Amino acid sequence: MIEIQGITKAFGTKEVLRGVDLTVPKGESMVIIGGSGTGKSVTLKCILGLIPPDDGVVLVDGQDVTHMKQGSEERDAFLARFGMLFQGAALFDSLPVWQNVSFRLLRGSLKKSKDEAREIAKEKLRRVGLTPDVADLYPAELSGGMQKRVGLARAIAADPEIIFFDEPTTGLDPIMAGVINDLIREIVVEMGATAMTITHDMSSVRAIADDVAMIHNGKVRWSGPVGDLDGSHDPYLHQFVTGSAEGPIEALR
Amino acid sequence: MSFFAAIGRSFLILLSAIGRVTLFAVETVSHIARPPYYPRELATALLQIGYFSLPVVGLTTIFTGGALALQIYAGGARFSAEAVVPQIVAIGIVRELGPVLVGLMIAARVTSSIAAEIATMKVTEQIDALVTLSTNPMKYLTLPRVLAATLVVPVLVGIGDVIGIMGGYMVGVNRLGFNAATYLTNTIDFLEALDIISSLVKGAVFGFIAALMGCYFGMRSGRGAQGVGAATKGAVVAASVLILAANFLLTELFFAA
Repeated sequence: MIEIQGITKAFGTKEVLRGVDLTVPKGESMVIIGGSGTGKSVTLKCILGLIPPDDGVVLVDGQDVTHMKQGSEERDAFLARFGMLFQGAALFDSLPVWQNVSFRLLRGSLKKSKDEAREIAKEKLRRVGLTPDVADLYPAELSGGMQKRVGLARAIAADPEIIFFDEPTTGLDPIMAGVINDLIREIVVEMGATAMTITHDMSSVRAIADDVAMIHNGKVRWSGPVGDLDGSHDPYLHQFVTGSAEGPIEALR
Repeated sequence: MSFFAAIGRSFLILLSAIGRVTLFAVETVSHIARPPYYPRELATALLQIGYFSLPVVGLTTIFTGGALALQIYAGGARFSAEAVVPQIVAIGIVRELGPVLVGLMIAARVTSSIAAEIATMKVTEQIDALVTLSTNPMKYLTLPRVLAATLVVPVLVGIGDVIGIMGGYMVGVNRLGFNAATYLTNTIDFLEALDIISSLVKGAVFGFIAALMGCYFGMRSGRGAQGVGAATKGAVVAASVLILAANFLLTELFFAA
């Protein structure tokens, strides 16, 4: 279970988060929606400790993870339970695909033999619909959709309990986006993992989410089960879901 | 008043930059004593920084040694001191030009590529990805590069010194009519242990500076292509200036009477 309590973060004078409160129950898939620049990514990075929040705490299974020291064993153990798919896949250009996928298994506390790590990498690649001959290619030789799949394989390589997806369908064609959405849903269900996804793609929301939270202006504006999305009378949520230019959310034109 | 305020502000910015670089350097060095280590990364860095820099080091120093011999001969001829060419070439190359030119070429070749690579990794979230995969970027990226440069640039400087002296020798013997054996004897007899030690120490310090600046500016890169460009430029300029400043301080330390 992930509990976020009153997280605030400002960059210089720009307040990005103004007190975000959010709870993700164990095994649930939470999707965070909101316009660009509303603080969705910053929220995710605060949970992972990539950006230290100015105030507030993040509890994972009741343990405060906001004040762990960089490089401490405690923090390593915490990160070992996570997998993350980055927006641009963030694959390491200098390593072949299989070493990207099994990066965590080739060093550190989860270290396995090279052959074993390679086998796991191939198995995870198969899981995301890639053939084993991709394993020896370099990330630059892959298409955007394939890079996303490799990123997904890397995120699940060490069988994490918690998986984060940062805009998994951005930059993909609608069919590939649908394929990635389905993959994410399948994997999350079959692994029983707790998932948090950031997106502004409504098709992703409907495919992936159990629960939805909308962040607007640095705060959670609305949250609830995905089924209540269309019945809600919140004007902000309604405008976002319908993609209307008219409404309380100011669009810069 | 605003004139003084501007001076004060620049001074404070400079001080905070020095502080940040110092902390970055201390953190980098502290990882030497704390596992895990990444020997493969170190090996790659040694190969990239050391072996692949050999051509540029050789070309730079051979031409400089040759030009130096011509200049000293022409200058020496004004007061009938043409015979000092071997000695002055040796001193000039080993004490100053060898380490400085190799250092600057390393700043051009290695600092730029480290800064651009790490900055691109930062911009494309690869650094964040490293952290989420329980790998400390300072250990995985910074330490191997800084350590490799500190170890291998002295070797490059040593090789550069020899090739630079060879450049002077070739010009001296073929163009200026020196006797080959005498030229070499004069060179070897004249050089002292301190000259060579100072040369190698300078190489280690310049290597450390070059790699550290590349990593520091890369890790602090701003967003997008512009951020990567600015980081690379900043790294090369800072490394070059710091190398020249450190060279002055080290010369003062080794040779001031």
